Amino acid sequence: MNSTAGPHFKTYLLILLMVIFGPLGNVLLGKGMKQIGPVNIRAAEALDLLSRVLTSGTIWLGIASLITFFVAYMLVLSWADYSYVQPASSVAYGMVALLAHFVLREVVTPMRWMGIVIICLGVVVVGQTPPRTTEPT
Amino acid sequence: MRELIFYLLIIGAGTGGELCVSRAMKAVGEVKAFRPTALLGVAARALRVSWMWVGLALMGTAFFALLAVLSLENVSLVVPVTALSYAAGALGGKFFLGEQVSRRRWMGVLLVCVGVAFVIMGRR
Repeated sequence: MNSTAGPHFKTYLLILLMVIFGPLGNVLLGKGMKQIGPVNIRAAEALDLLSRVLTSGTIWLGIASLITFFVAYMLVLSWADYSYVQPASSVAYGMVALLAHFVLREVVTPMRWMGIVIICLGVVVVGQTPPRTTEPT
Repeated sequence: MRELIFYLLIIGAGTGGELCVSRAMKAVGEVKAFRPTALLGVAARALRVSWMWVGLALMGTAFFALLAVLSLENVSLVVPVTALSYAAGALGGKFFLGEQVSRRRWMGVLLVCVGVAFVIMGRR
């Protein structure tokens, strides 16, 4: 491995981890919460609900997955530009829909796919703007 | 209606939380060393900034609102709708952190909003 392959490989690997574990975390949280059932806003049920959430293995897998995502995100931001990482990670919106479709058997309509593609484009455009416009104090 | 409240909490509290954390981290200063001991020092300094606590509380609220809405709606709807936080982030960055948001960034935010509209209309 030459000297330039190192950081590139590291960056791609971490972005790959982000794009896998971020959506996976959300899908697992979705699966776990569907198992628990619809949430109501009633103070009386809050404790019972909290205990059911905190004893769900699927929810904890989801939280672990999101923590993996977050650590990869923080690490990659320590050397790669935010404006590079953010658009690359917009692929995650597509990944969420794919996982939701294949793992949770959700129906994703063509219109919804189109919306997701437009969101990804929007995130890429946002990411192409300068990441810092304020002067360091 | 219930869903709307949860979405507002995810986007509002989530973005508000990130803005507060961002403000706290700017008060802490740029992180230059990534040794574990140095990072612990950064974390200790960050936790002494009151904005950090406000930010963490808001982000926690947003997380529980996300769980709540996931119990009611499909993941393929919820996650794309939370992309509206780009719009909230641009507004908050401009008015709360005094950042200059370029026309190009507003264009991107507009695209995200159009995409979210498609996702919502794409219900079965």
